[in-house]
Amino acid sequence: MSKLKLATVWLDGCSGCHMSFLDMDERLIELAELADVVYSPLVDTKEFPDEVDIALVEGAVASEDDEKKIRKIRAHSKLLIAMGDCAITGNVPSMRNPIGPEAILNRAYIENADAQPQIPCVVVPKLLRIVRPIHEFVKVDVFLPGCPPSADTFHTALTALVTGAPLDIPALTRFGA
Amino acid sequence: MSETVSNVKTLVIDEQEVSALAGQTILDVARENDIYIPTLCHLEGLSNVGACRLCLVEIKGGNKLLPACVTTVFEGMEVSTHTERLQKHRRMILELLFAERNHICSVCVANGHCELQALAQDQGVTHISLPYRNPELTVDASLAQFTVDHNRCILCTRCVRVCAEIEGAHVWDVMGRGINSIVITDLHDNWGSSSCTRCGKCVQVCPTGALFDKSKVGSDHPKYPDFLPYLNLMREAQ
Repeated sequence: MSKLKLATVWLDGCSGCHMSFLDMDERLIELAELADVVYSPLVDTKEFPDEVDIALVEGAVASEDDEKKIRKIRAHSKLLIAMGDCAITGNVPSMRNPIGPEAILNRAYIENADAQPQIPCVVVPKLLRIVRPIHEFVKVDVFLPGCPPSADTFHTALTALVTGAPLDIPALTRFGA
Repeated sequence: MSETVSNVKTLVIDEQEVSALAGQTILDVARENDIYIPTLCHLEGLSNVGACRLCLVEIKGGNKLLPACVTTVFEGMEVSTHTERLQKHRRMILELLFAERNHICSVCVANGHCELQALAQDQGVTHISLPYRNPELTVDASLAQFTVDHNRCILCTRCVRVCAEIEGAHVWDVMGRGINSIVITDLHDNWGSSSCTRCGKCVQVCPTGALFDKSKVGSDHPKYPDFLPYLNLMREAQ
């Protein structure tokens, strides 16, 4: 059996889900025997590959760039896993929703700026009006809540998904876990 | 003798034959018989209002779903508490509650001690299929000891009931209609300048992080509503 192609993606989140993924420690070696990490903030590939078996997505959709990325990921992935509360609920990034992006940008780049107050407009992508979970843009196959989901949750869920064993997510984790 | 007999009702809950006293609610009888029906606005020691609809059950012969907490039993009643249809409705109710206000579990003072969060897990809600409303809501921290965060309120009215029925102060009530409803102190005064007695009962009965004690840091804020039935018992004994 050829190895599965695994991708991990970091949208608007804190990278905590990736840190928790790494907390699987020595179990990552077992996982590496079953799957190759073909795209991730942890490896050097720049472009999302054409064919991915499992894509783990951390973070909410907060910018035009995030939206473009999540559509591309969906188009090229067999199984899309929403990893953690930001991807699933919007979580902390969505706390700006009631007040809007202008208020946030003004606070960060104008009101609190010591020198040259200006809102960045080149290179960085434009923020969407509201931060939304990824399933509001594309179909999500598996929801793995938690902030972050624990290493044990990752290990149990990924093992089940790779081997086809039954997976009871609410028994493993919850919002805010 | 015959009077006593007529006061006893026999009914079936989830194919289990049970007996009850006339006037008992389906929820009371189910709990006495260790049959689990999820609830959120119900709290042992307070009156029932049937606000959250999580305890909806099916009664054979009737099309309507009825809230178990305010529906009294009758002779020969056949109750189902966990049909596919009920489970679907319960998950939808929880999704609606999450979508309605800003429930950010990870940074909530009640994280890990929240009845809404626990029910979502219990009922298998892993995501909210409805778009979030993201309303702009206030936080009133004007009282020295406690805070009300309307972002986390689910309008269960436990605070309103405990304040009126147990403390006897009736400082809390509900203002507005439908989706614009909020809980208020006095006539929408700041909590700090209201006629609140600072007893803290509302904080202990609040199922979420809407009412919390300022002295609790981080998310370590378990609530202890168990004092209510005890308090009622001691008052009745007097």
